Amino acid sequence: MTRPEPDTLRIKARLERPGFALNVDTAFPLDGVTALFGRSGCGKTTLLRIIAGLEHPPGGEVHFRDTAWQSGKTFVPLHRRRVGLVFQESTLLPHLSVRGNLLYGYKRTPEPLRRLHLDEVARLLGIDDLLERRADQLSGGQRQRVALGRALLTSPDLLLLDEPLNALDTQTKREIMPFLARLSDKTGIPTLLVTHAPEEVERLAHRVAFMHDGQLERLEPLRDALARADSPLFRDEGAVSVLQGELGPADAHGLHPFGPPEARYRVPSTPGAANGAGRPARLRIDARDVSIALSPPQDVSILNIIPVTIESLDKAPGHHGPARVLAVCRQDDGQTLMAELTQLSTERLGLRPHIRAHALVKAVAFLD
Amino acid sequence: MFDLSPTDWMAIEVTLKLALYTTLILLVIATPIAWWLANGRGSPGVRTAVQALVALPLVLPPTVLGFYLLVLLGPAGPVGSTLESWGLNHLAFTFQGILIGSVIYSLPFAVQPLQQAFANLGRRPVEIAGSLGAGRIDRFLTVILPMTRGGFIVAATLAFAHTLGEFGVILMLGGAIPGETQVLSILIYDHAEAMDFDSAHRLSFGLLVFAFAVLFIVYAINRRFDTVRL
Repeated sequence: MTRPEPDTLRIKARLERPGFALNVDTAFPLDGVTALFGRSGCGKTTLLRIIAGLEHPPGGEVHFRDTAWQSGKTFVPLHRRRVGLVFQESTLLPHLSVRGNLLYGYKRTPEPLRRLHLDEVARLLGIDDLLERRADQLSGGQRQRVALGRALLTSPDLLLLDEPLNALDTQTKREIMPFLARLSDKTGIPTLLVTHAPEEVERLAHRVAFMHDGQLERLEPLRDALARADSPLFRDEGAVSVLQGELGPADAHGLHPFGPPEARYRVPSTPGAANGAGRPARLRIDARDVSIALSPPQDVSILNIIPVTIESLDKAPGHHGPARVLAVCRQDDGQTLMAELTQLSTERLGLRPHIRAHALVKAVAFLD
Repeated sequence: MFDLSPTDWMAIEVTLKLALYTTLILLVIATPIAWWLANGRGSPGVRTAVQALVALPLVLPPTVLGFYLLVLLGPAGPVGSTLESWGLNHLAFTFQGILIGSVIYSLPFAVQPLQQAFANLGRRPVEIAGSLGAGRIDRFLTVILPMTRGGFIVAATLAFAHTLGEFGVILMLGGAIPGETQVLSILIYDHAEAMDFDSAHRLSFGLLVFAFAVLFIVYAINRRFDTVRL
């Protein structure tokens, strides 16, 4: 066996259950947020449980950096792995207050290893006012934030999040997303996020591991996962682009500049973006909201007209009706922008790879 | 009404001692069995077999249990003779003997409420506590015990109360040696046999009131815990 690379989580496991087989041999870089994406039943939760030490498949190997968590006869139990766990239904300990829950792991963390403390974590997650409440007096979103804080306060080496937003309604999800998005940047704790929601991947992940039928099919940076027409992220809800850039201060019209001059957007202020000037942000653009023009149109109401080079034209994903085309375009800053067009307009404009064009972007949404 | 004879007092002492020791031993033994039955891994067949074995005293006539224990623990039985070969006494007609009998006889009454409580608890809180750095014993004391205390109270009460009412096993295994194996239920039987209905009534009524009081207090406590928890 080759020695494991230092800054990776290496995992090799086979597990057979009735009607299900997991077979994974991979290495996750320990940096930022890695999403484990796939449909329910594809084995992503099982993989997470093996990493946590909650499943013990015979012959499996789990190496964290240069520590063997599972290898041959070696098996480090969960409570010695220094892993933070958050599940979809957050189990707060009902006999303890919020403070008691938050400090449960903190007290059990050896002092020299404590890097995060109650005050800053409570502030980061916006739960400072809840400390004296009983665990059963919290809303779903608050409970989930406390569960997250409790995991963080062990100053874990790795954070494992198993569909942490799944049990929450849309409104509450929106309330928690910003906290999750800030988490890995602020704390530097590498995170594995199990999810089946493309939105969560687009918003939170730095790279994606696609799982299907117990196999890990592909591990790639989010940017690459969003740059191909056949991405599993697009399977259900169609293609989207996620642009990363910096948000500038609002101008006289209340519009914020976003991105470098060669691919400059102007976007209206939203509650999420209001105080966001000068910080990195993600912009989500539905491919159906993007049109293509060969020359820059002068008299249209659309604000965002971005020069692009067409890279490829593929069949658009997620449609069963008349054929639609997904134009994968490259902005001049190197980022990918997807446009979904009809077959007819593609032919009428004579679109083909490598030609220059202008993307007309009708609507954008902020991700953080 | 309350002028009890020295024999009566001795029987009360033996009975309470037996019930108390049985309860304590059962909590120690039943907890891991119940946890394994509720959450353990391993083949379902083995688990079903253990479940059935634990429940046997519920359906078996106590005399059957008492009879086999007598055979096993007596001077000619494998356990009794082994003890004697080590220079110890066999266990038939001793307090230790009826204690073993009581523990086996009341086992289902301790295991089943705990198993139910553990099954309701699920693995999740324990997994969470593990991820927060709590080891096995720590998890038991700070998560399992406080979250399933209702189950423990019911288990302890039922084990205690059921031992108070034990008759057949002790009759077979312990006889009626005053101060050693003569418990209340046996003594009441002896009083009634001897047509001493006054003495039988004193003890019977006392036992009735005591049993009701124990159950009442325990259920009251349990209800309060439950409302606090929910």
